[in-house]
Amino acid sequence: MIAKLVISLMLFAFSSGGDTVSVAFARTGSRSDAEETVSSREESDIDIAEIIFEHIGDDYQWHITEWKGKHIAIPLPVIVRDSEGWKVFSSEKIIHGETYRGLKIDPEKGKIVEASSLRRPLDLSITKNVLALMFSSLLLLVVVLLTARWYRRHDVLREAPTGIARLMEPLFAMVNDMARENIGREDYRRYTPFLCMVFFWILFNNYLGIMPFFPGGANLTGNIAITMVLALCTFFTVNLTGTKHYYREMFNNPDVPLFLKPIMPVIEVFSAIMKPISLTVRLFANMLAGHIMILCMVCIIFVMAKYGPLLSGGMTVVSVLFGVFLDALECLVAFIQAYVFTMLSSIYIGLARTKGE
Amino acid sequence: MNLVTPDAGLLFWMTVIFGVVLLLLWKFGFPIITYSLDKRNRRIEQSLRDAREIQDRMEQWTKDHARMLEETRAQQAEILRKASETGNGIIASARAAAKEQADKILADATAEIEARKQDALNDISREVAEVSVRVAEKILRSRLSDEGEARHYLDTMIDEASKTDMLD
Repeated sequence: MIAKLVISLMLFAFSSGGDTVSVAFARTGSRSDAEETVSSREESDIDIAEIIFEHIGDDYQWHITEWKGKHIAIPLPVIVRDSEGWKVFSSEKIIHGETYRGLKIDPEKGKIVEASSLRRPLDLSITKNVLALMFSSLLLLVVVLLTARWYRRHDVLREAPTGIARLMEPLFAMVNDMARENIGREDYRRYTPFLCMVFFWILFNNYLGIMPFFPGGANLTGNIAITMVLALCTFFTVNLTGTKHYYREMFNNPDVPLFLKPIMPVIEVFSAIMKPISLTVRLFANMLAGHIMILCMVCIIFVMAKYGPLLSGGMTVVSVLFGVFLDALECLVAFIQAYVFTMLSSIYIGLARTKGE
Repeated sequence: MNLVTPDAGLLFWMTVIFGVVLLLLWKFGFPIITYSLDKRNRRIEQSLRDAREIQDRMEQWTKDHARMLEETRAQQAEILRKASETGNGIIASARAAAKEQADKILADATAEIEARKQDALNDISREVAEVSVRVAEKILRSRLSDEGEARHYLDTMIDEASKTDMLD
């Protein structure tokens, strides 16, 4: 979907005047006649919110691009359990507002509901995000297993890494060192697989999310369900493998003055619960904001199209420049967020592995 | 829009997929990689420690070497000094011995010359004595040719001899 916008973005970058703009986007119109402008405004107004939410949200089909007026989209399987039992069918049957087997897509929320009661059934459909998830997981599996294969077949003490191992080793070394520094030399090895998993998972999905064309472009790490699962994994890892000292400090810290004793456990438990929430929101909000900013930059082109060739042409240049800048920024943020999430996870685990003074 | 309400379906799939991938990679992927990295890290740390040790040892060796060189130089100088001293001593003593020898030879020669001179003088005086005896003999012979004279002389001689005997 973003591909559509990027192609038009490039088109604008190469066109110097507003004429091309008005030709290519005649639907939005740039007519000079005042009356016509007024009358056409309503039909040509672009609902930016809708465009943006369409791009960052989930969908029952994977819309790839628009080619000669036809939508090219991959229909995805709908898996639903409603009052009548399990139902599995292709999303093609309902995607354009039809009702199929008592189910339809609620135009307000964009989710499948029971046509009669508008109630949400248990919806385990393979949506666009789920497919993107599967794809990125497959990619992650292949990349990591290929890397592991290199290490299995070569002697690291004699050979420098080559090929994919050379590409991945700095990242693995980074996560490994992070784990060692934050968790401690004795038991960091138990946690490195989890931290590596979190880091590479976020990294892969962040970059796939920035990629504007299929099979990237799904806003996975900007989806609260995804980041929530990741943060819950950290939460359980921290609290299920915490030491006695960690829990003693939490519930009965000997260093706390007597009058604070009843309050401190409450605060500590609250902070333990806040940690995964902050992890969830930090990653989700950062990635979502990045996507929205880029989309807004691209939308400026379409919004400005009706204000005449000069203004829209000028704003196009500005928005392309800002778009490129924001994309570069997003590439940076994608890495930083993966790093920060992993870093904080390792610090939380390290705090829970305290051995006491 | 439901941006902040997690979708149940996505939660379910995320948990399942994340769990499966995590298990697979935990079993076959990450440990071998991190183990290899740790192994190499340990080797590198060990090598660095070894290198430092070797460097320290090398520095020590270099110091020792320099010190030994210095000592050897000092010894060399000492030996040379001693050698030249000894040489000078030998020359001096040789000179002294030679001088002594020369003095001795000179003294011997002087003594010899003296002795020869004495001999020569003795010879000359013996010769003179002989000549004078012979002259005296000739004079006596010519004087004692007549009897009276001879008797008179003989008596005088005996007198003189007896006088000297009595005096003894």
